[in-house]
Amino acid sequence: MQASSLQNCNVMNGDGNATEGRSSAFVVSARKRKLQQITRTAGESTLFLIAAFVAVIVLFIFYFVARDAVPFFEIRGFREFFTDTRWYPADEPPVFGALSIIYGSLMVTVGSALIAIPMGVAAAICLSDVLPFSVRQYVKPVIEMLAAIPSVAFGFFALVIFAPMLQNHGGSILMWSWWIMATPLILLMIVVGAELVSSRIEDDRRRKVAQRVLLVVMGALALLILILVGFRLRSIEIMTGTNALNVSIILSFMALPTIVSVAEDALQAVGRDLREGSYALGATRAETIIKTILPAASSGILAGVILGIMRALGETMVVWMASGNSAHIPEPWYNYLDSVRTLTATIAGDMGEADQVTGSARFHVLFAMGLLLLVISFVSNFISERIVVRQRKILSGQ
Amino acid sequence: MAKFRVTSLVVSAIFLLVSGGPAEAKNGIVIDGSTTVGPLAKSFAAYFTRSRGISVTVSESGSGNGAKSLINGTCDIATMSRSMKPEELAAARSKGIEPVAGVVALDGLAMVVNPANPVHSLTKQQIAAIYKGSVTNWRQVGGPNARILIVQRESNSGTQETFKELVVGKKVHIAASAETQASNGAVKNRISLTKGAIGFVGLGFIDSTVKKIAVDGVLPSPETVRNGTYPLSRPLFMVTAGTPKGRVQEFINLSATPVGKRMIKELGFVGTR
Repeated sequence: MQASSLQNCNVMNGDGNATEGRSSAFVVSARKRKLQQITRTAGESTLFLIAAFVAVIVLFIFYFVARDAVPFFEIRGFREFFTDTRWYPADEPPVFGALSIIYGSLMVTVGSALIAIPMGVAAAICLSDVLPFSVRQYVKPVIEMLAAIPSVAFGFFALVIFAPMLQNHGGSILMWSWWIMATPLILLMIVVGAELVSSRIEDDRRRKVAQRVLLVVMGALALLILILVGFRLRSIEIMTGTNALNVSIILSFMALPTIVSVAEDALQAVGRDLREGSYALGATRAETIIKTILPAASSGILAGVILGIMRALGETMVVWMASGNSAHIPEPWYNYLDSVRTLTATIAGDMGEADQVTGSARFHVLFAMGLLLLVISFVSNFISERIVVRQRKILSGQ
Repeated sequence: MAKFRVTSLVVSAIFLLVSGGPAEAKNGIVIDGSTTVGPLAKSFAAYFTRSRGISVTVSESGSGNGAKSLINGTCDIATMSRSMKPEELAAARSKGIEPVAGVVALDGLAMVVNPANPVHSLTKQQIAAIYKGSVTNWRQVGGPNARILIVQRESNSGTQETFKELVVGKKVHIAASAETQASNGAVKNRISLTKGAIGFVGLGFIDSTVKKIAVDGVLPSPETVRNGTYPLSRPLFMVTAGTPKGRVQEFINLSATPVGKRMIKELGFVGTR
């Protein structure tokens, strides 16, 4: 509006004068303009070349991994790789069943996601909507610093400190973590549950009595459950500290900064107007967070979660050092206290002997695993990209 | 361990760039291979650099990688804790390389358990049964009632291959529940921290954090390895492309000198002569 009116003024002032003034101040000479054009083209093409180079690298990696993966499937077929649980690449005759290894990768990824997602999203909410700005400025960089710790350091911690701790005090660690995590959750459930059940009673006094009785009964029940499960957990003796649980916990720490950072950005992107609109309608802060901000930021949070999970899936050093590397499906299948072997650790561990000169299937099977990992991360990246695009559309009101 | 490998890879990569292939390097010796022979090669290297002023790069990436590097011409000496396989020999010959192996020392493969474990002797059959997974409790071999945690090495380890050859047999699968560690040190670490664990390491890696056990009634020691009574022993090789010449020959022959013999002894290996 302002700009157009200014322009109008200029034109009104009389064209002769205005153009003359402009030509001396703004219009550059032909030579200079040509030079500018050349530098612009040069700069743009340099940037384009660099961008293209990065894209080409990705394609090259895909091509070379696939090129060395295909011979494996030509030699051994698909069936053994995806359905056999026996992994004996060095034996005579070799067996290349990767199912238990794929399962191991899945297990630690799911385990770390179960820990990292609730923690990460909660931390992101806390950072963006609960903590005052001045505190947030200090806390966020500290969380992001987690990402800067080299994975070897995490692995060393997992192997040398955490694993023996799990072996020696595993039962009590499990008991205390159960109590710490379950107590607030169960308390919340009891309070909300008692409120919900008693709200059907119309008479005011009888409702209050019923509520109290319910609280006492459910509280006693919950306490019993808490104690029983706690002691049951304490009696568990952890055979080996280098197990799926250990790795899941460490991996979740490694995935946390990604999840927190991306989710927090998504929450911030929701904007003041939505928040203030919600408050204006009389919503409390909790209601605003749960009913307005979280749904609006959900796809951004999901994108962060996927990125964090990919970090856990692709991590090599920690799992190689601390998962125990047993190529088997634990018994029973959900036993997180048994050691597992993952795709990444297998590639790292078996690479040495698997030479293209000596063992062909044994060499190519590692590329088959690499290709599998690449495909998984490609698909997840694609999905998270689509989600982010969708969120942008939603937020821009389309 | 793996960090070592990365550093050594970087070092050798830089070396490659600088010298255009270490095999024809004018100013140094490049060594790659077994993590068991690694410490020996390193102390030889330190002595060699000090006394001759010739730089020696030592990488520990496993016997298989050592052989690979030798075949690809990226190292002068491959340290190996097993002899070359027929396929590796064939691959070397197809590239016009005739590998020559020299025994620099002997190594006993020691079975180790946690110091808290009362078991002090096992037969070879019992060890094989444990690793095959048919014996799963220490009670079955005269120990306390506790599950056995098997620790093995990655398949690229010469120690692992020697163990399979000497104890369980090449065609037998080791139990899938066996934990896999990447180096002698990592195995020792796991054993020292885990009560029910059993594993195997080179004789040079034994210290007070783990307890060695007698195999077929014979405890591993330099004497029992040299006189051949200890059943799990093996020669350690330094392999070169063709007969070693010049400074490479000088380096390998260190093992026969008094200084070399002292270093071999200090590292817990056994000299050949």
